[in-house]
Amino acid sequence: MTTHTIRRVSAARRLKDRLVQTLVYLAFAVAVIPLISVLWLVIKNGLARFDLDFLTHSMRGIGARDVGGGAYHAILGTLEQVLLASLISVPIGLLTAIYLVEYGRGGRLSRAISFFVDVMTGIPSVVAGLFVLAFWVLALGMPFSGFAGALALSILMMPTVVRSTEEMLLLVPNDLREASYALGVPKWRTIVKVVLPTAFTGIVTGVMLAIARVAGETAPLMLTVFFTDSINSDPFSGPQMGLPLYVFDQARRPTDIAIDRAWTGALTLILIVMLLNLVARLIAWWRSPARGR
Amino acid sequence: MSQQIQVSGLDAYYGRHKAIEDISMTIEPNTITAFIGPSGCGKSTFLRTLNRMHEVIPGARVEGKVLLDGEDLYGPGVEPVSVRRMIGMVFQRPNPFPTMSIYENVAAGLRLNGRRSKSEVDGIVETSLKGANLWNEVKDRLGKPGAGLSGGQQQRLCIARAIAVRPEVLLMDEPCSALDPISTLAIEDLMAELKSKFTIIIVTHNMQQAARVSDRTAFFNLAGQGQPGRVIEMDDTSRIFTNPSQKATEDYITGRFG
Ligand SMILES: Nc1ncnc2c1ncn2[C@@H]1O[C@H](COP(=O)(O)OP(=O)(O)OP(=O)(O)O)[C@@H](O)[C@H]1O
Ligand SMILES: [Mg+2]
Repeated sequence: MTTHTIRRVSAARRLKDRLVQTLVYLAFAVAVIPLISVLWLVIKNGLARFDLDFLTHSMRGIGARDVGGGAYHAILGTLEQVLLASLISVPIGLLTAIYLVEYGRGGRLSRAISFFVDVMTGIPSVVAGLFVLAFWVLALGMPFSGFAGALALSILMMPTVVRSTEEMLLLVPNDLREASYALGVPKWRTIVKVVLPTAFTGIVTGVMLAIARVAGETAPLMLTVFFTDSINSDPFSGPQMGLPLYVFDQARRPTDIAIDRAWTGALTLILIVMLLNLVARLIAWWRSPARGR
Repeated sequence: MSQQIQVSGLDAYYGRHKAIEDISMTIEPNTITAFIGPSGCGKSTFLRTLNRMHEVIPGARVEGKVLLDGEDLYGPGVEPVSVRRMIGMVFQRPNPFPTMSIYENVAAGLRLNGRRSKSEVDGIVETSLKGANLWNEVKDRLGKPGAGLSGGQQQRLCIARAIAVRPEVLLMDEPCSALDPISTLAIEDLMAELKSKFTIIIVTHNMQQAARVSDRTAFFNLAGQGQPGRVIEMDDTSRIFTNPSQKATEDYITGRFG
């Protein structure tokens, strides 16, 4: 007959516990070290030129050996391109996700869409750029422009938006949809007034991640917005600049002054993405039910 | 006011699986009808066919007739949405909208169905919350999230939300199964009050509850293993619990099976 007794944790188990704990902490450190060192490097090297001049001036008429110059044209370009890309991909991505979750229900069309979204997720960014170059610029004869860049970026954003939104919509309990239907609310109103608000915070986070991902893309921009050293505030005509391009462009110039500018450009890019994230968090906080308006 | 419900020859399917078969019954206005029966015999399924919520589930369909005051709810051209406005529903688990405040939850059915003036909505919210016996507990925090209430309060909030759209009939699927005895009593009292305005149908596993609140009781059971559910017997509650005509009913309510 076996009897159950209260036993002390054995030494072997305690040792194992310690060991695994150490491993987990180590893994965490390994994951965080590159992140911190990148941030540290960018901040250390970028602060030298992070001044008002940098934020308000373009590179027009400034050679590789000249001091001064800034990234105003690139900041403006990046903001416009990312905004346009979001305007294109967020509505399409949202509607696609809504179709997949609320209407498609695993039917043939929704499975086909799902498949193509997966394929799109795997498209290398340079291919998206090449596609826009071949289709928009070469075949249709459109000029290099911020908009062409936005098209390439939106190709990259769309699958991320669809997938993250889809996941958030799937998290909304079916109970809520049924509660709404039972009040005599039509399906589309249920989606707009109940499902989307419930998933709102998650959707915003997903969109922000998608934006953060494309904001740093370089290759597709090179093929679509081209380069310029001057301010071009019109994204629909003529070459623009973008921050990733600016970093790339300055970093390959042979002087320390230019290299400094590249670091500051990188710092600015990181700051912009962090700022966007902060804004998203504010929106999410402002809309969150727990705040109890 | 409230209207009579007549069901005849109703079958409901989930895909190829027939969940209930050949159900016919008449439910008089301003009464409380209880559905009892073992788990899985199709009480919820039948309840959901009464306000066309059954078809919300993919692959689910219904055959047969449900007449509300003579008009077939499954007739050609009938809008399911309008049926659901006339026949409200309270679910087993309280499900207030998490993004909405208490006020917005009660107003949801009105707001989501079109514009109304603020003062009108205010009035309906107050009467509905009073009708659900919740007003005194929440009147000072109408702007707080509905999900922050206790389970029993949430369920009464859901009842307030359902009666705010002024339905004719109120369907309740085990509304007290997640609640403590005191909240249960509050909801039972509430049902007795609501009876004057609505026709109420309640599914319950609690025999005492059925005996306490209902005027009539229907006993559901499976015709056999893997067979669809049927109504075995429907009668005045007092008769069902004292002198049922079917052996199965007696066995069930005396606890010999199920
Ligand atoms: N969504 C669904 N899809 C497929 N079959 C279902 C679904 N919901 C219920 N069923 C089946 O229909 C039958 C009746 O289920 P129903 O939920 O109506 O039973 P019930 O009497 O309400 O049971 P309970 O007392 O446990 O709530 C069961 O055999 C069940 O498996
Ligand atoms: Mg049930």
